[in-house]
Amino acid sequence: MKDITSALKDRILIIDGAMGTMIQQYKLSEEGYRGERFKDWHKDVKGNNDLLSITRPDIITAIHKAYLDAGADIIETNTFSSTSIAQADYDMQSLAYELNVASAECARSAADEYTAANPNKPRFVAGAIGPLNKTLSLSPDVNNPGFRAVDFDEVAMAYEEQIKGLVDGGVDLLLIETIFDTLNAKAAIYAIKKYFREQSKPELPIMISGTITDASGRTLSGQTLEAFYISVKHANPLSIGLNCALGAMEMRPHIEELSGLATCYTSAYPNAGLPNAFGEYDEQPSETAHIIEEWAKEGFLNIVGGCCGTTPDHIRHIAEEVKKYPPRILPHLETSLA
Amino acid sequence: MNEPITIKPFLRLSGLEPLVVRPETNFINVGERTNVTGSKKFARLIREDKYEEALSVARQQVESGAQILDVNMDDALLDGAKAMVTFLNLLQAEPDIAKIPVMIDSSKFEIIAAGLKCVQGKCIVNSISLKEGEAKFIEQAITCKSFGAAVVVMAFDEAGQADTRDRKVEICERAYQILTEKIGFAPEDIIFDPNIFAVATGIEEHNNYAVDFIEATRIIKERMPLAKISGGVSNVSFSFRGNDHVREAIHSVFLYHAIKAGMDMGIVNAGQLVIYDDIEPQLKQLCEDVLLNRNNDNNEATEKLIQFAETVRAKGKETVKDESWRKAIIEKRIAHALVHGITDYIDADTEEARLKYPKPLDVIEGPLMDGMNIVGDLFGAGKMFLPQVVKSARVMKKAVAVLTPFIEQEKEDRKQAHLMAGTVNEESSGAPKILLATVKGDVHDIGKNIVGVVLGCNGYDIIDLGVMVSADKILTEAQKYQVDLIGLSGLITPSLDEMVHIAREMKRLKMQTPLLIGGATTSRMHTAVKIAPEYNNAVVHVLDASRSVTVAGSLLNPEQKPAFVESIQAEYKKLEVEFVQKHHAKKLLPLAEARKKSFLIDWKDYHTIEPKYKSLQVYESYDLAEIASYIDWQPFFIAWEMHGRFPEILEDKVVGVEAKKLYADAKILLNQIIEEQWLTAKGVAGCWPAQRTGPDTVTVQNGTEYIALEFLRQQTTKAAGEPNLSLADFINPDATDYIGAFAVSIHGIEPHIKNFETALDDYHKIILQALADRLAEAFAECLHEKVRKEIWGYAKEEKLSKESLNKEQYQGIRPAPGYPACPDHTEKYKLFHLLCAEKNAGITLTESLAMYPASSVCGWYIAHPQSKYFGVGKIDQDQLHDYASRKNMPVEEAKKWLGPIL
Repeated sequence: MKDITSALKDRILIIDGAMGTMIQQYKLSEEGYRGERFKDWHKDVKGNNDLLSITRPDIITAIHKAYLDAGADIIETNTFSSTSIAQADYDMQSLAYELNVASAECARSAADEYTAANPNKPRFVAGAIGPLNKTLSLSPDVNNPGFRAVDFDEVAMAYEEQIKGLVDGGVDLLLIETIFDTLNAKAAIYAIKKYFREQSKPELPIMISGTITDASGRTLSGQTLEAFYISVKHANPLSIGLNCALGAMEMRPHIEELSGLATCYTSAYPNAGLPNAFGEYDEQPSETAHIIEEWAKEGFLNIVGGCCGTTPDHIRHIAEEVKKYPPRILPHLETSLA
Repeated sequence: MNEPITIKPFLRLSGLEPLVVRPETNFINVGERTNVTGSKKFARLIREDKYEEALSVARQQVESGAQILDVNMDDALLDGAKAMVTFLNLLQAEPDIAKIPVMIDSSKFEIIAAGLKCVQGKCIVNSISLKEGEAKFIEQAITCKSFGAAVVVMAFDEAGQADTRDRKVEICERAYQILTEKIGFAPEDIIFDPNIFAVATGIEEHNNYAVDFIEATRIIKERMPLAKISGGVSNVSFSFRGNDHVREAIHSVFLYHAIKAGMDMGIVNAGQLVIYDDIEPQLKQLCEDVLLNRNNDNNEATEKLIQFAETVRAKGKETVKDESWRKAIIEKRIAHALVHGITDYIDADTEEARLKYPKPLDVIEGPLMDGMNIVGDLFGAGKMFLPQVVKSARVMKKAVAVLTPFIEQEKEDRKQAHLMAGTVNEESSGAPKILLATVKGDVHDIGKNIVGVVLGCNGYDIIDLGVMVSADKILTEAQKYQVDLIGLSGLITPSLDEMVHIAREMKRLKMQTPLLIGGATTSRMHTAVKIAPEYNNAVVHVLDASRSVTVAGSLLNPEQKPAFVESIQAEYKKLEVEFVQKHHAKKLLPLAEARKKSFLIDWKDYHTIEPKYKSLQVYESYDLAEIASYIDWQPFFIAWEMHGRFPEILEDKVVGVEAKKLYADAKILLNQIIEEQWLTAKGVAGCWPAQRTGPDTVTVQNGTEYIALEFLRQQTTKAAGEPNLSLADFINPDATDYIGAFAVSIHGIEPHIKNFETALDDYHKIILQALADRLAEAFAECLHEKVRKEIWGYAKEEKLSKESLNKEQYQGIRPAPGYPACPDHTEKYKLFHLLCAEKNAGITLTESLAMYPASSVCGWYIAHPQSKYFGVGKIDQDQLHDYASRKNMPVEEAKKWLGPIL
């Protein structure tokens, strides 16, 4: 496999778009999600998109291929909620490891097929590590602000299991994404470091992507962008970036700020605009791509793609627009204070 | 364009906000008062579990300029790790404190490790050292590194703590080498503490301690320029305990020289630093001599300073904490406390306001509401964020708690006055009631909880139904409690449809209650276009929790309400018109095509089982004890906002104790209900020959009459191979098949409810109501089993646990008219006719086709093993017309009943 860092020096890499939006188009029923294996499962599983990597790998692989066709260099595994903690909603916590392996394998086979067809454009698989439905910095009980629904060790353990599955399934990168509570991300970083240290394996590159939730310019757990970056920098990540919550328009000032802070590569995969009054995203591919083109022109970017509401069409347009520009150059790191 | 930027190796720390230590950065104050070893007050507060006050110590440090907060819980009487975790977790909810980085300070590494797991920002660990050898040092440094923490390294090694300049430098260099070369620690993340010891102790060997520190600092910074220097400054003046005036001067002079030598930060009482230039010349001179060990032969300088110290009276100095707001008028103070979430003075301030205002309620409606409005505006403008709003609500709650007894007393006085005068008290019985719920399918309720807290603080009676609450439940409860407002919350997109559905249901049930819509996924536009038109009373989108107060206030004030509602409706109407101009419809399958995709059952191989009993089975008074054994307790606990599986919930860490109590109380009441026969379970079930006679029609033979049951078919576009279901698909079209029906009801609750009400025992009243509902459901479950095994007997061999029954693992289904699989309520007429349910089960149907008594359940029985529960979902105009003509019903009427799925 060609090294991702040489690709990053060469051009702006494209990461894929939304998985959930694409799955919705299949309009799967409860039965559709269950497949044969879980037909008697005691809880509803509709909406458990990650499960489809086991019950409908054909769909997941087809979506990966749609993004690879659109020009994605990096595809994300369908593992946003594949932790024992998130899967507990469906009582599927015991499947966490298997879900990660299955999802990684779907993405791996799709990526390998496209790399083989065009070795000059190697494709990479990023193991997606989502934010969890429980947070370490916020209390779910307003009357008891010191309460936590989960603790650091539990979160780190759940992430470690996910990481093991992703690595065993063959991912190239680990992507901690949609971070709205930095402490959850720190637990994921902790788990990654611990896993590779204990397995004595070379560490896979880590990508980190936070989420600025609104006009306050902060994460949900209250940190400013710079505070967030400082808090996760010890991961020594391949890239730092932002995704979700905001459309490209709203994300611009934050990406600009980040590109001036980050000692590593930068990434951005915004939503297709802000949701309209019905929770749908209707920013057209050309509109999204137009905004992002300007970022590329300014030299903010190393990796770019889409989050909620984006489609292969968005990715295709983005890829078309940004290929005209060189990637952001890594900052010069001084070793003295003078 | 695209030139590489340059990034320098500054020490970068973070709380909610960054702290970058640049060469030009001034000396960094590390707040020291949140340290149980250094502050008696803080230690007492922690020991007495007064964490809220302990937090105000932290806030005071920040307000007086601390840029990093040192937290230390090393006290023999404390569980240090637990205290550290509790305090740090609480601190995260205080944005004005959590904005600065934390220094986790302990001599026990397990306390440090526990603290590191609670803080999202990049903190400093204080401290690690070579005291217990290199291996331990490396191990601890690796842990710190894996949390991204910077470390304070004490100049301490296997031989002891370094006191001379050379020992300090030597240990720091060794530690630096290990950290940077063996572990890969970033040099800028290393902070040395070369030990500040007390001078002027009278022991001559101590006289050079300050000089040793300052000199070591200079050399360390020369040799390791990226590393930082820190220290506990107050140690140096330890000999002058009790004389703060002199101590503060010593600290300032010491820092003046140490900072010049390269000291970057220090643990100080941030509120107690005098400015070097402000120190009186004589004292300054004496301090310099002592610290720099000048003119100090035979402790001469020391003696002079001691003499001087005895002459000055310790002038009490005010802390620098910004208390200027305390001087403002009462209204401003209350607003300040609300906006800043400060509870310290709110009790006294509220009391003061109460004495100032004519009535205690005026305090709520005046200064407290005004303050909350400021909070709302700041929050809306993105200048405050969530945790702060919650804090404000807590202040509000405390204030209201102060006022409540007086408000109650006033009420009681008026009541007594009326009694004395023989007049009638026309006051309403209590506070306005607001029902809140997160709608079905949505588990996100942080926002809703906050709305609940905020409204609760404003004197409203909050009925919070929790999360994943069905429309049916919301409206049943709303009617049960006759609430004044209903607030719906949702975060995920599908919740929007559910809200529309609720608005429709409210209209259908002819409700009048204003409806509030809130939550991240909702919008003014969606409310205006989709929800408001469905309900002919007030529907208001509420942007955030703080605004809910003004909206609720306007809606519940009879004078303001008409104008308020009118303006909202006009605004929404305008939005709707705007939207319709752009709107385009969504695609559904034509009915004919949906029918082609019906669910195919291979009837040739199907052996129809003839019911054993074909006459109606009527139960006048079914054994309650038997029914009780079928109760699914989980919904009972959910009704009490205790979410979790039963029986696991009884052992739950959080609610287990309360759940157990509730369960015990419910069991006692249930036994009493059974023993004393408070309630009567009436029911009826029957089976009839039936055949599918049309694509969505099943004809039932009831003696000599034939009754056509009309069903609806899913019309949404499905994935390839997925059928468009109708209940008719599960009945044989080619040969005689069977269909069954049932209706059950729990009677006799009213007098007992009344008794509880008279006794002001809401607790048992609600248990009773919840139990009656559970018993009705349990009766349906019990009867269904009896039908499968005996009455119809299509599953004679079935052996399922009660738990499996609750999970619907039995063969066949019992869908209820008006519910998703057969959403038309009017089919209930046929069901009631077939069962003579009014006579046999004692159930009456209201105009809206709700069943009375409320604890009633009815439904069809379908036996085919492939039959399953589903929802019809949206249907199109073609099916509406087809259905209306099949039912011989005017299209307009059909439209009314099918509204929710159109």
